[in-house]
Amino acid sequence: MARIQPTPGADGHEPAGATGPSGAGRRKAVRYAVPVAVAGVAAATIGIGSALATSGDPDLPKITAQELIAKVAASDVQRLSGSVRVTTDLGLPSLPSGISLGGAMGKAGGEGKGKADANPAGKLTELASGSHTLRVAADGPDKQRVSIVERAAEYSLVRNGDQVWAYDSGSNTAYHATAPKNAPGPKNAPGKGKGRELPDGLADASPQELAKKALAAAEGTTDVAVDGTAKVAGRDAYRLTLKPKQSESTVGTIRIAVDAKNGVPLKFTLTPKGGGKAAVDVAFTKVSFDRPSASTFSFTPPKGAKVTEGKPGGDGGHGKGRLPAAPGTDTASAPKTTGTGWATVAELDAGKGAGGGMGAGGKGVGPKGGAHGKHAKDAEKLLDSLGSKVTGSFGSGRIVSTRLVNVLLTDDGKVYAGAVTKEALLKAANSAR
Amino acid sequence: MSRAEPGAAAAPVAARPPRAAWRLSLFRNEITTVFRRWRTLALLGVLAAVPLLVGIAVKIETSDGGGSFGTGDGGEGPAFVSQITNNGLFLVFASLAATLPFFLPMAIGVIAGDSVAGEAGSGTLRYLLVAPAGRTRLLLAKFASTMVFCLAATLVVACSALLAGAVLFPLGDVTLISGTTVSFGEGLLRGVAVAGVVAASLIGVAALGLFVSTLTGSGIAAMATTVGLLITVQILDQFPQLHAIQPYLFPHYWLSFSDLLREPVYWDQIGRNLGLQGLYAAVFGSAAWARFTSKDVLA
Repeated sequence: MARIQPTPGADGHEPAGATGPSGAGRRKAVRYAVPVAVAGVAAATIGIGSALATSGDPDLPKITAQELIAKVAASDVQRLSGSVRVTTDLGLPSLPSGISLGGAMGKAGGEGKGKADANPAGKLTELASGSHTLRVAADGPDKQRVSIVERAAEYSLVRNGDQVWAYDSGSNTAYHATAPKNAPGPKNAPGKGKGRELPDGLADASPQELAKKALAAAEGTTDVAVDGTAKVAGRDAYRLTLKPKQSESTVGTIRIAVDAKNGVPLKFTLTPKGGGKAAVDVAFTKVSFDRPSASTFSFTPPKGAKVTEGKPGGDGGHGKGRLPAAPGTDTASAPKTTGTGWATVAELDAGKGAGGGMGAGGKGVGPKGGAHGKHAKDAEKLLDSLGSKVTGSFGSGRIVSTRLVNVLLTDDGKVYAGAVTKEALLKAANSAR
Repeated sequence: MSRAEPGAAAAPVAARPPRAAWRLSLFRNEITTVFRRWRTLALLGVLAAVPLLVGIAVKIETSDGGGSFGTGDGGEGPAFVSQITNNGLFLVFASLAATLPFFLPMAIGVIAGDSVAGEAGSGTLRYLLVAPAGRTRLLLAKFASTMVFCLAATLVVACSALLAGAVLFPLGDVTLISGTTVSFGEGLLRGVAVAGVVAASLIGVAALGLFVSTLTGSGIAAMATTVGLLITVQILDQFPQLHAIQPYLFPHYWLSFSDLLREPVYWDQIGRNLGLQGLYAAVFGSAAWARFTSKDVLA
């Protein structure tokens, strides 16, 4: 059978003389070099692209830490929209198979609802681990929107005036609540357009909220410094570093990138003292300070969607379901605290079912005990697998530790939690007795 | 090319139309070869049946309970399924989401894998090469016809889903997954865009299949290899431990078409998806070219 060989002139541009065996071999090699070159160029582009993205700190006039903090405080940006990347690695203990933390948290809230519920409290716990993309938009103090971008689905939280809607497209469920109209006010939330009374806690996941809280906690107990500049979401920013002075704190450093023009915090990174990856990293990947279109904030539940009504202002667990991002600084939900600044230890009386809510830093403990009894046994088992036993003059209990937060659950139903070392936690428990 | 050179140099204007027509005829020839095959028609038939099955299943599931699918039991079904009962248009998105992981790329793998190797296997490739078309042009025509099939397969799924959705479920204003409501017309427009993105998502598989097809003389081997590669890559894409390489796997951003249903549209992932497909097309397309233009055709 005769071979049909490539016709030399038909495809290549070699002269007719280069058709000897060596010429054919070389031509073959040259041809195969093309895909290799394409792949190489692509790899190089990707490499250079990511290298460019990380380097290239902008040249900005020098500024002191005080001036920068003042700038953040004076920042009066009411309108913004953009994408936020939230990466949390709190080092939560891995749970025995079949028990998801989210499920445990949902039950702890005493609501007993499963996944098919657009209640914001449950969604928060999802943010407590892994990487998520959030899209935020705000227009003034009473129009906000936060959506969690999911795979082929989206969870949106829309606030328009006194109407608060949450919509989960994955399960086609909605949640509705009414917020007190006068609640957020620019007094409480100067310039950042995120109402404190928003019964969601999701708004607190924005870099602005986190930065404000960290700065509020900073006074007196923290070394604050300006550490060069950075480029975040295409905008020039100063980098502010906060280091807790107190040795009990488990917080290593907090870095906040502040927009050089309007003082909006664009990136918030919290590194635990133990080192390693950042425990919390929240950053704008895209940001615009133009007015978002009005339709962004309008929501009507689609036909057939199951709507859950919430109590005005949000019920039980919501206010406490905040991201455990800046523990010890969250004055709104701390029931009883000892210690100051970063070394604050929160003390809760959790009754019998202390187990359920400790996951995300002890802040999600629901006040309703209803579901607790049922799950007490599960919780007991869970605790044995998670915590290490400790004893002290307070009695005995278990300590559950994460990279950032340590939680002490005493056998008589008290919970001590804080972003402090185990020793400090035991001391607080002992002195409370 | 060189064959036409003297004529082109002498009278470039006169030589152009026949050459263009010739080029098109090769392409047209390839298209008819692909679409006249029974196996192609059977593939398209199966693809058209998938939305129908999904639609009927959802209809039966919800007709007795009356509630929305997927909300009662607390679990979340496949993407978009819970919205189908309220708006038939979502059957288009649900069907595309259901067929994109395996059905559609498998069909593409069959067509692309068969394109060169199948001709070689049945002994017709040598006759194609005898024609003064040049191997590059033949390969381009094959790749183009495969891409036409990508589009056709996607449109078959989408249109069948739209028809089934319109018959089985109500249509009307569309609530996007961000909770924003848009008119049915805009929803339909977004559906067309979704179909376009889905079709473009298949370019990577098409290029891969074409390359595999140039490696072997057996059509079956090429199809099996392509589909096998597809499944392997899909499995690799599931392991969280491999997250470092996953952004470079061609199916990784496939579901990004759903970002077109957000308000405002979230372009990041779609852009990455299209870029990745372009990259695969460039790398494996040129690899196929390098292989095909330099190999000895024995059959």
